[in-house]
Amino acid sequence: MELYMSLTIGVLFTVGVYLILSKSLLRIILGTSFLTHGVHLLLLTMSRLKTGAAPLLGEKADSYVDPLPQALILTSIVISFGVTSFFIVLAYKAYRKLGTDDMEQLRGEQHE
Amino acid sequence: MVILHLAIILPFLFAIAAPILHKLLPRVHVGWLMLPVPAALFAYMLSLIPVIRDKGFQEGTIAWMPSLGVDVHVYADGLALLFALLITGIGSLVLLYSIYYLDKNREKLVRFYVSLMLFMGAMLGLVLSDNLMVLYGFWELTSISSFLLIAFWHEREKSLYGAMKSLVITVFGGLAMFSGFLLLYVMTGTFSIRELIAGVPAIAGHDLFVPAMLLILLGAFTKSAQFPFHIWLPDAMEAPTPVSAYLHSATMVKAGIYLVARMSPIFAGEALWLWLVSGLGLLTLVYGSFRALKQIDLKSMLAFSTISQLGLVMSLFGLGSAAALYTGTPQAEFFSKATMAALFHLLNHAIFKGTLFMVVGIVDHETGTRDIRKLGGLMAVMPITFTIAMIGSFSMAGIPPFNGFLSKEMFFTAVLNIRSMDLYGMDAWGTLFPVIAWVASVFTFIYSMLLVFRTFGGKAQFDKLEKKPHEAPLGLLLSPVVLATLAIVFGLFPNLASYSLIEPAMAAVHPGLLGPGEQFMVSISLWHGFTTELFMTAGVVALGIVLFLLHKRSAVLNQPLFVKATLNKSYDGGLSMMDRVSHAITRVYMTGSIRHYMIYIFAFLILALGLTLFGQNAFSIDTSGFAEMSFYEGAIMLALVLASIAVLFVNSRLMAIILTGAVGYLVSLFFVIFRAPDLALTQLSVETVSVALFLLCFYHLPKLKKELVSLRFKLGNLIIALGVGATMTLVALSASRTKPFESISHYFLENSYKLAGGKNVVNVILVDFRGFDTMLEIVVLGIASFGIYALIKVKLKEDGLESAPGQSRAALPLEAYKSNDVILKTLAKLTIVIILGFSLYMFYMGHNHPGGGFIGALMASAALLLMGMSFGMKKVDRFMPLNFQKLTALGILIALLTGIGSFVFDAPFLSHAFDYFDVPIIGELELATATLFDLGVYLTVIGVAMTIIFTIGRDQ
Repeated sequence: MELYMSLTIGVLFTVGVYLILSKSLLRIILGTSFLTHGVHLLLLTMSRLKTGAAPLLGEKADSYVDPLPQALILTSIVISFGVTSFFIVLAYKAYRKLGTDDMEQLRGEQHE
Repeated sequence: MVILHLAIILPFLFAIAAPILHKLLPRVHVGWLMLPVPAALFAYMLSLIPVIRDKGFQEGTIAWMPSLGVDVHVYADGLALLFALLITGIGSLVLLYSIYYLDKNREKLVRFYVSLMLFMGAMLGLVLSDNLMVLYGFWELTSISSFLLIAFWHEREKSLYGAMKSLVITVFGGLAMFSGFLLLYVMTGTFSIRELIAGVPAIAGHDLFVPAMLLILLGAFTKSAQFPFHIWLPDAMEAPTPVSAYLHSATMVKAGIYLVARMSPIFAGEALWLWLVSGLGLLTLVYGSFRALKQIDLKSMLAFSTISQLGLVMSLFGLGSAAALYTGTPQAEFFSKATMAALFHLLNHAIFKGTLFMVVGIVDHETGTRDIRKLGGLMAVMPITFTIAMIGSFSMAGIPPFNGFLSKEMFFTAVLNIRSMDLYGMDAWGTLFPVIAWVASVFTFIYSMLLVFRTFGGKAQFDKLEKKPHEAPLGLLLSPVVLATLAIVFGLFPNLASYSLIEPAMAAVHPGLLGPGEQFMVSISLWHGFTTELFMTAGVVALGIVLFLLHKRSAVLNQPLFVKATLNKSYDGGLSMMDRVSHAITRVYMTGSIRHYMIYIFAFLILALGLTLFGQNAFSIDTSGFAEMSFYEGAIMLALVLASIAVLFVNSRLMAIILTGAVGYLVSLFFVIFRAPDLALTQLSVETVSVALFLLCFYHLPKLKKELVSLRFKLGNLIIALGVGATMTLVALSASRTKPFESISHYFLENSYKLAGGKNVVNVILVDFRGFDTMLEIVVLGIASFGIYALIKVKLKEDGLESAPGQSRAALPLEAYKSNDVILKTLAKLTIVIILGFSLYMFYMGHNHPGGGFIGALMASAALLLMGMSFGMKKVDRFMPLNFQKLTALGILIALLTGIGSFVFDAPFLSHAFDYFDVPIIGELELATATLFDLGVYLTVIGVAMTIIFTIGRDQ
């Protein structure tokens, strides 16, 4: 399963990066979500899949899956929620103020 | 911790307290509130004199970073004490003077005294530190406070220029010195100056010894304004005069000299040290005195005079280091006379130069100008100031019976003595020293006379002045009178200083020359017979008077020699060239296009990660331990892949958002499959809330246009995207290989219940093992939510584009919109209650079962969002009349207080405790402080999520 998961992760990253490189601000924001999903699955896959029960000691299982990546991912999910919301609002504000969401038009000007 | 530590801290405390004290006592001049600090410290330092004379030193340590060899070790010996007395003594007088100099109604006094106190503390720390790293920290702090003080009148262009220049040059030197210190550490493994001195024999021949010495000297020369780094000092004169008197004449610029004296025991045996320090010092002496002749501004004249006098003291310390070469022979004492002269002149210079700066300040204050072409004849109207000025100038010129005469004579002795040195080619070149010294003394004599007689003598030309001059008020005169008195006292009774200050300081500079229990015997007398030195002085006076009379008519004496190529011009040119070059380089890659920046990042990722892994042969796959995959799992995976790829091709924003949401939900399914219930729950709630958020902003986001771009653009993006994707796939696969080191995960599995009393390991890691991370995480979330709040709510003045083209001014859906769907409304009522109840359950059970603060809070937010969608936001307001920004802050506060609570039990930050209680009906109940912490998380996340939803939902 790890093999197929790795390929899926590759697809998520490819889609995410492609979206981020596009010109539309909305696509860029969606792209970051894809990257986040890719990273989360990558962390899980790297620690090997389904090696035991869920990390709840009440289960009294012989072995548990690695809890550490899960803790990292949980943190990351919540943070990326905050960051994505911030992004959306920034994009929406920028669009209302400047009337475009094309990144090439939003380019910073050269300051001399 | 000893009193010396407190002495360093006290000025800093007052720097912090100054604004508060000023608030409390707004009518009192801030200077009066600060004056007790240097006065008390001066008294304390005086009381140390007998202690240090008897015992040699006073010390104390506070451990700071013992593992790195960095401790706050204070060490007061004779040398440090001499400086500490100057810092606090001159500091007290300057403070007193500044109270009358700076008008409390017109100047920003708090800022002035905060910087001044900062400087005082830093300077004391500098001279009292034994640890080189601590010394370096204080060193830079003096540069920074000097920068702040020079730029005190920051509305003036020249002040800013001078401040910047001093900072650039001294910090450049400071960094060089820092690397010199590191080299010393590499050689010896210690930052302690005294341990270094003890270890000199072992490192003297080391390859890094000379580089370390040169780097440290660079620091000393820049700080003490030695040629050619002196150019910052004249521009620093833009500072208020009390600052010039204190920092740029009496104390800070002597830090470089202090460093040379301090390091002298380490480097004295090196020929280059002797030559560089004494040679450059002498060059600076003659150059500075010659330039001083040509100044028309009194303060510039004093600045060049300071440069030249610093050179004099520097060269004396260089000459004194010769004594180390003759350790154990009678000649050692003979050469050590130079050090004696250096220490005595250090003191004398601070006294007479302080006097003169204050006099110039008075002249400036009372006449409105410092231009000697406009001044003259003030003798009649300002008799007291004139007397003080004369004492200061005559002392500087080296005329008896003032203190400057004595140290000038001792300087002549030192340069005459060096001729008899038979090492390092001194026998051939040594004769030059007295010649240069004599010439420089003539110049010094002339400008001293110019200073006093051009200002106070000659014809009065009051019509050229801005104000009608009259004698200064008593307050302004007080400090210079004290200093002028000292100039006479030390001139008549020099042994007052030699016994109490110079002998112990000599012992600090020449530790090798003394046997155990021995002390230097220094005896200075005003009359020492008809010696060569006396004849030299007579010659100086004679020639000086002649040249003084010629000064006005001779262009060589009063016009600049070089106009086209000056050091200042090369400094300015160099600086602007660096500016231009770096700007040109930056412009090549900082294009302003986010796409370019992203391409850099991703290309770097592919290259750095891909190539490194490839280079280390890490791309090998071990399929043996791979998990089974069922048909259904395959189906979900396929759906995930298809949904992702589909996003690339849709041109409807709604479709794109829904597809992204679908991907998120599918990922949470994977979390279920991979035995991560907490993650699945979190992901589900987050996905719900964020899809709703996307849809809320939906109307305001532009339509997704089909991007009309060239094939090249698309192809380039595709290649980079595929590159990143492939790299990540390979990374994921190579992780299947045997691990190079043991994972730390089993620690959490083993100890989660034992140490933290929780069975849900993921939650325990979050709130207990890694509680600090979580703490900071909720802070980040809070910041993000406040950022959103600010973006929406704070309307800038020029924000006139509120109705962007093509936008109606209709309110966003949630405020105006209430669902008419009866089924939704009825079901929602029930669901909301269930979800809210479940959220509390989730929060509370989190320690042992799936759940926890994050999940519970996100669920509650989802429930409130549902309420808003079905009944309108006003309903939510009525249901929960809370300020969610405050809730966020409250949550963070609870988490923080839980952490701080551990201090009460003498445990480190965020230590948790837990216990079990038997409660009737419910059964065994666990109470843990971790739950309290989780409550903080819970409240913060609700606050954050609701702030975001409310601000977006209500924006009009």
